[in-house]
Amino acid sequence: MSTHASAPIPCSPEEIASEGLKPGEYDEIVKRLGRHPNRAELGMFGVMWSEHCCYKNSRPLLKQFPTEGPRILVGPGENAGVVDVGHGQRLVFKIESHNHPSAVEPFQGAATGVGGILRDIFTMGARPIAALNALRFGTLNDPNTRRIFAGVVSGISHYGNCFGVPTVGGEIYFDQAYAGNPLVNAMAIGLMETKEIVKSGAAGIGNPVLYVGSTTGRDGMGGASFASAELTDESEADRPAVQVGDPFLEKSLVEACLEAFKTGAVVAAQDMGAAGITCSTSEMAVNGNVGIELDLDKVPVRETGMVPYEYLLSESQERMLFVGHKGREQELIDIFERWGLHAVVAGEVISEPIVRILFKGDVAAEVPASALADNTPLYERDVLAEPPTYAQTAWAWQESDLPDCSVAGIEGQSWNDVMLALLGTPTIASKQWVYHQYDHQVQNNTVMLPGGADAAILRLRPLEGDDGSSSQSGVAATTDCNPRYVYLNPYEGGLAAVAEAARNLSCVGADPIAVTDNLNFGSPEKPVGYWQLAEACRGLADGCRAFDTPVTGGNVSLYNETVDSDGKPQPIYPTPVVGMVGVIDDLDKICGQSWQNSGDQIYLLGTSFGEGGTVTLGASEYLKVIHGQVAGQPPKVNIELELMVQAACRHGIRQGWISSAHDCAEGGVAIALAESAITGNLGATITLSNATLSNAAQRYDHLLFGEGGARIIVTVAPTHQTIWETYLKEHLKQQWALLGTVASVDTQLIIQTSEQETLVKLDIATMADCWRYAIERALN
Amino acid sequence: MKFGVITFPGSNCDRDVVYVTRDILQRPTQRIWHEDSDLGDVDVVVIPGGFSYGDYLRCGAVAQFSPAMRSAVDFANKGGLVMGICNGFQILTEVGLLPGALVRNRDMRFICDRTPLTVERTDLTWTSNYTQGQVVTIPIAHGEGCYYADADTLKSLEDNQQIVFRYSSADGVVDDSNNPNGSLNNIAGICNQQGNVLGMMPHPERAADSRLGGTDGLGLFESVLQAALSIA
Repeated sequence: MSTHASAPIPCSPEEIASEGLKPGEYDEIVKRLGRHPNRAELGMFGVMWSEHCCYKNSRPLLKQFPTEGPRILVGPGENAGVVDVGHGQRLVFKIESHNHPSAVEPFQGAATGVGGILRDIFTMGARPIAALNALRFGTLNDPNTRRIFAGVVSGISHYGNCFGVPTVGGEIYFDQAYAGNPLVNAMAIGLMETKEIVKSGAAGIGNPVLYVGSTTGRDGMGGASFASAELTDESEADRPAVQVGDPFLEKSLVEACLEAFKTGAVVAAQDMGAAGITCSTSEMAVNGNVGIELDLDKVPVRETGMVPYEYLLSESQERMLFVGHKGREQELIDIFERWGLHAVVAGEVISEPIVRILFKGDVAAEVPASALADNTPLYERDVLAEPPTYAQTAWAWQESDLPDCSVAGIEGQSWNDVMLALLGTPTIASKQWVYHQYDHQVQNNTVMLPGGADAAILRLRPLEGDDGSSSQSGVAATTDCNPRYVYLNPYEGGLAAVAEAARNLSCVGADPIAVTDNLNFGSPEKPVGYWQLAEACRGLADGCRAFDTPVTGGNVSLYNETVDSDGKPQPIYPTPVVGMVGVIDDLDKICGQSWQNSGDQIYLLGTSFGEGGTVTLGASEYLKVIHGQVAGQPPKVNIELELMVQAACRHGIRQGWISSAHDCAEGGVAIALAESAITGNLGATITLSNATLSNAAQRYDHLLFGEGGARIIVTVAPTHQTIWETYLKEHLKQQWALLGTVASVDTQLIIQTSEQETLVKLDIATMADCWRYAIERALN
Repeated sequence: MKFGVITFPGSNCDRDVVYVTRDILQRPTQRIWHEDSDLGDVDVVVIPGGFSYGDYLRCGAVAQFSPAMRSAVDFANKGGLVMGICNGFQILTEVGLLPGALVRNRDMRFICDRTPLTVERTDLTWTSNYTQGQVVTIPIAHGEGCYYADADTLKSLEDNQQIVFRYSSADGVVDDSNNPNGSLNNIAGICNQQGNVLGMMPHPERAADSRLGGTDGLGLFESVLQAALSIA
């Protein structure tokens, strides 16, 4: 057997650049190898040293996240996080981005994003029980955005529906900032089905390495590097870097994998996602402190004439790498073949800590595993000492800069007009056009339907084995991030994303327990981009500590920038999406957002007194939609108040006092009231008192549409009113207000001041029509 | 009364049916692998929803050739009870146990929703627990659920009263505005002439657990059990 080691000559600057590597990084590669890499090896380094795989820019920042806690069984570093949800059940969950593929090929990009995150879940030995998606698009008046939006939704629908996982929640924002670079973050949740959590560290010298699943082809070549570069006009030509998904094959793969894990013949498993064979071999080797030798001639292929470089960088979907117990190979192969899948012994575990790739009898690549997956570059950058100019300019804005308003409205628009305009804004409007395309009921565990509450609720019932029909426990899940807040103040925005996620879970009665995060940012090489990233991470870290929700893993997607035709990079809004899960011990003690009964009392929790500034029109949806401005400081998170309000909400739900709960997010109190009214088809007369809502409130728009303030709207039946108010006085002091009473079916939502001046008076049907069909209308 | 549920590669509602028959109704339930031609001693064969063999050719087109499906056809031809739900309905039309075909939804999009259905017949083993004209709310989840048949077939379905469920409004109005997928004559479910084979796009197994909202689908399974009792 000959080796390449004597042969290679220095790689050319063009070759180095084409792998997304910098000249300095090439020098580091040579140092780690003690020689020049060959073409295949250079390709391996290119993908493994991309931000997507090695977090070279974000690692120093991620270190500050809390990652431990009594419920955390597996934290960052494995395919997905695992938490203890009680009752002997363990939940596996993670979020991952597929932004760049979705920009170039929306349908397949989004579909394979779902496929990838589902594999991360079942690689651990869990059966996927739910999917959520955090999506960001440009505005729907742009035909290209409409194409991307429809394509992404259709891709998610295609993959999730066919695989048979209910897609139960998530969030969608529309903003010009994402016109050329949409965000597609897919989150999946699974329930452990095997006794042992399956990990990725290879072990047992001489144990066989099995390649299982689909065949390898030239699709998705170098996707990880592609994902770590800015998008340009030429990105269209990178379409081969987008993979093609086969959800049917993945459905067979989950069944076969879980069956295989249960035999006990599998030592370790790793999904072949980004960087395919390269990533799975090197990470399994590094995590087990061993080496892996793999023979490419054994790998099942879908096309001929591939060279090692192509095998190693292919991102063909629905593939996995297993380490099996020696002597039990056939047992595993039989299971996969029964499901019509490939499973072949393609290599073995070796003691030397290297990844050795064989091809046609030669060593095609031989690299220390740690150089690929552990001892990788790290860039500690300096954070701007002063906030950048754009932020300082925006912060100079004050509510008093807005035109004067009156009881009648603002600048010729009545408050009714403003309400309807906001309800019809795609970001606020009902997402039914989207979730009706997702099968959200398969598996028979969807307790709360999409659109019904601030978070999704799933019953935790094992699908295999036990009769779980009596299962009383559940999990709630949500994804959250208001990117305009993060743009205007990355620290507060990051903190607010965690606070909102915890609030949404509390609104359904769940205790928040853990987080997976998806950091979508622009280039970290630019001072402003790095400032946004660093500040947002600081906010997330503080938030996760405050709400006692450790981070169990996630994904970093940088370089989300579109280079326009003038060559100017346009970064997206910094978007750190928080995926949070919470536990529900008793599924009889939950609630949704819709008003339930006429006569119920409507309360606002979280009213802030004397705090000034926690409720604001700064960074609000109202300011953007009605006044066309992105300015001001986003609402400052009052952690102490958030914790108190959320605890009160959960307590009220568990006592059976609260019949509906809905948090105040984009559009403030007025929009939250409207949404509860529309979905419950019940009206109300609401009195918003200047004095009780906020001492800073001198304006009607502030009163109606100001955001922030840790606020939740709940309804309580009259029979519980006394006990509930006694509880509130004790636990929330004066941070609450009684706003009104739920009226009868099909009436009006009337919002008035304490002087009984009517601000808003709208039929439920009018609001419902506007809110429910806004997206559909924008598309047609 | 023993239920048999066929699993094809790509089936994804098989466990949901098993959950209803075995766990909720506490009836013996056997899972049948697509390569098995032996249906054992089951009394009812359920062909569940999903994407059998990926449905890449045409929904249900490949599944009809599986050994389990060949046996199910024999079983039906001898008068055995066979029910196809969603993809199962598509398979039953492909294999010729039921007439017509299921094509892309009118709006060309997948639809997951809860729809009211009017029960058109209650003299069947499948529906005896419902009342004539009763409106039940059952979830749907399909991309290709638009029922199509030529005019003659449609006429004979109507003449023979083979239409079991129609999409309707909550108060039983059957018209275009209460037709989620464009099905001809608002057809949501049909039976064969003998009435022992039922195919329907809506998922009764998703409406059988009070924890998940409605239980309007349970009546279908209970009808079958009741029929068994009256025979015994």
